[in-house]
Amino acid sequence: MTDVTLADAADLELDESRRGPVRVLFSAAWSQHRTKIGLGITLLLVGIAVFGRLVAPYAPDQGLEGQFPYASPSSDAWLGTDALGRDVLSRFLYGGLSVLVLSGLSTALGMTVGVTVGLLAAYSRGNLDDLLMRTMDVFLSLPAIVLGLLLAATVGPKLWLLVVAVGITTMPRAARVTRGAAVEVVERDFVRAAEAIGIPRRRIILSELLPNVSSPLIAETTLRMSFNVAVVAGLSFLGFGLQPPAADWGLMINENQNGLTLQPWPVLLPVIAIALLTIGTSLVGDGLARAAIGIERGKTRGE
Amino acid sequence: MSTQAAPALEVVDLRVEVEYGAHEDIVDGISFRVAAGEVMGLVGESGSGKTTVGLAVLGHTRRGARVARGEVRIEGRDILPLPVLERQQLRGKLVSYVPQDPAASLNPALRIATQLDETLSAHGFGSSDEERRERIAEALGEVLLPSDGLFLRRYPHQLSGGQQQRVALAMAFANRPRVIVLDEPTTGLDVTTQAHVLETVRDLCAAHGVAAVYVSHDLAVVATLVDRVAVMYGGRLAELGPTGALFRQAAHPYTRRLVEAIPEMSGRHALVGIPGTAPRPGHRPTGCFFAPRCAYVQQECTTAEPPFESVADDHEVRCIRHAAVLADAAAARRAATPRPEIEVEDALVAIRDVNASYGTRQILYGIELTVRPRECLALVGESGSGKTTLARCVGGLHENYTGEILFRGQPLAPGAHARTADTRREIQYIFQSPYNSLNPRKTIAQIVEQPLRHFYSLGGVEERARVREVLESVQLSSTVLDRYPHQLSGGERQRVAIARALVANPQLLVCDEVTSALDVSVQAAIIDLLAQLQRELHIGLLFVTHNLALIRTLSQEVAVMNEGRIVERGLVDSVLDDPQADYTRKLLSDTPSLEAALAASA
Repeated sequence: MTDVTLADAADLELDESRRGPVRVLFSAAWSQHRTKIGLGITLLLVGIAVFGRLVAPYAPDQGLEGQFPYASPSSDAWLGTDALGRDVLSRFLYGGLSVLVLSGLSTALGMTVGVTVGLLAAYSRGNLDDLLMRTMDVFLSLPAIVLGLLLAATVGPKLWLLVVAVGITTMPRAARVTRGAAVEVVERDFVRAAEAIGIPRRRIILSELLPNVSSPLIAETTLRMSFNVAVVAGLSFLGFGLQPPAADWGLMINENQNGLTLQPWPVLLPVIAIALLTIGTSLVGDGLARAAIGIERGKTRGE
Repeated sequence: MSTQAAPALEVVDLRVEVEYGAHEDIVDGISFRVAAGEVMGLVGESGSGKTTVGLAVLGHTRRGARVARGEVRIEGRDILPLPVLERQQLRGKLVSYVPQDPAASLNPALRIATQLDETLSAHGFGSSDEERRERIAEALGEVLLPSDGLFLRRYPHQLSGGQQQRVALAMAFANRPRVIVLDEPTTGLDVTTQAHVLETVRDLCAAHGVAAVYVSHDLAVVATLVDRVAVMYGGRLAELGPTGALFRQAAHPYTRRLVEAIPEMSGRHALVGIPGTAPRPGHRPTGCFFAPRCAYVQQECTTAEPPFESVADDHEVRCIRHAAVLADAAAARRAATPRPEIEVEDALVAIRDVNASYGTRQILYGIELTVRPRECLALVGESGSGKTTLARCVGGLHENYTGEILFRGQPLAPGAHARTADTRREIQYIFQSPYNSLNPRKTIAQIVEQPLRHFYSLGGVEERARVREVLESVQLSSTVLDRYPHQLSGGERQRVAIARALVANPQLLVCDEVTSALDVSVQAAIIDLLAQLQRELHIGLLFVTHNLALIRTLSQEVAVMNEGRIVERGLVDSVLDDPQADYTRKLLSDTPSLEAALAASA
């Protein structure tokens, strides 16, 4: 051989950036308008939910003196009052955090369990694979709302129960996506290479398989989050989330639905917020999913 | 024989470029002629643009590319200006195409008869079903396939790879085209099948006066088949001339290096790879594209692109230094480094009566084999011979076998997971495709560190130093440490895979077809590297390959496998020079060899 190493020559040829695959995914997603719009909407709503309470004019459960229920917007209450004469704007600014935290927690729970199950199924094959995935199919057949109602009816309306119920319905979908992406990776030779030197199973799953399914999982997480926002808000609306007098977007809709024609804001505001949060996150998820597919096909540039 | 009559195919100053952006050229300045009945070879390594030229002859470009300039004349008529629909009509009739992978080109849902009939009726061949049936029988007969009803009713998956490729050939020749483009049609085939298919191609072209362009990366195949060869490099014709002259006394430095990279059955000369990588579109240097890798490079080479000029009758070259290149005698090749002698010692690996199966299908039958320490044993066989299964048994990746494999006298447990950590460290496996064996989500440093962390507990500093040292021993600089596999070329990736194996300080390297996914110049460098590592590190090698020509450079002993059995084993020289088994003889005579082809043409 000559003394010029191959890599020196390659330096001249390869100007591809040395970014890691996850950063490549994010930048490919960012190059799409849908991701930017989605992220903008999401950040706005998250900002309202997290920091809104700092600028709220009143405490969420404070009845306003001299205000009737369903009062129209005025200088005292900019968006009027709700069924119990409380300030709508303040309740709205306080009521987002619970939706966000509960759906975030349930997504995290469902994805963690689901991804673990999916990876385990893909790597183990055979009977364990069948057992795990058929179990997931059983869970898949349970609609989130029904499962929530069922659990709430047996145990009572507890917040952790809501997280568990929504988490359980997230789990099988996460497991399926993970297994689908991972079965192909399991067949590749770098997994054999790790097995041949005796790398433990757990390490193979975590360091060989998981990073190779991260793109579809990142997209799936965002899409699940978007779905779960709607489900959590729905369960709150049905009374299985935060209990009165706490402020919560789902609960607000429930409490004020009777006065919709008199004073639409206490219903309309949380409805719009929930819808926007769902749309925003799902746009981001969509952008990520498209980017992941694009990278898979070797086309990272443009839409 | 090429130029007197009007050529059947003439390509003039062809340029294909990227459709978007800066319109960088993929190929440019391509001109050649092929006479009726002649087969011209179009050779080059991956990315050289040979397939782009092959497709352009059909009036076709891949998506994202377009023909920017030039003519493709078939019997005097330029087909490029024709409207798309008319060009489509010409394909299959005036000019046809045989793709690399016949399985992908045949419709899996249609019977053979239906597909052949479609080819004919699409071009209005024959007025009746009867006439077409006769033509189908004739076409199949020409490619030496049966044409009885039973065969015609088969689906593609019921045929072997060789039969599928013959059906593709029959389809291509069915409408009596004037020009045919064959794009590496024998790449996926075993040597025996390949030899038959090549013979069929040559006979058909000669018999029907078809001008053929045979696109290939395999110079040995091309040399046995064609009279004239065009060598492509970086989207340009580097050299074009008669096969004998071109390979014996090349005028372009690249052609020379390419010939030196081809493994010889005789193993007289050292295999020499070409350092560096070929430039891709948009990354090409000014001046001669080969200049950065060229030994003859001068100041003028890097300023302007050299013209394609004639050096002899029917021999053209794109190199301003061709006089100097030609003046260098061809004999200046480096002789092969002598292989270390086998020292008679106890076996490193002893395989005793191994029978292996996949599910219920038995793959290996009573294998008996010995690998000595510091020795390279080549395991040769065609696909399906069970050679990879045997390698996997040794590597602990295939557990379903009976019999015994002893490693330094101790029986090995079948699966890697059941073996001791020391055994797993001492037996290292290198996989066929480096595109598949490196985790795309890890950096090179992480990949090479993994076995090191697993087997040794060194400090971070020591660990880094060892990784660098091993990368250096496989001739990679430490600039690759932070890169991901997709940022490296195929050869560099395979070096990383070798480094990953070496970092464990193995006693035995199991190499499973480690060069079959690589270009010939890269293959030579990898083989050279393995031979050097074996000499310096004193490790045993179990080298699995289908390429007989590779083993003389590397191995002391060889075992030839066929259908799950070892048909012959012995010292490399005695097996290759004086084969005893019929199967080995057949394998040797079917393996295309550049030397033999040149000797025959001289």
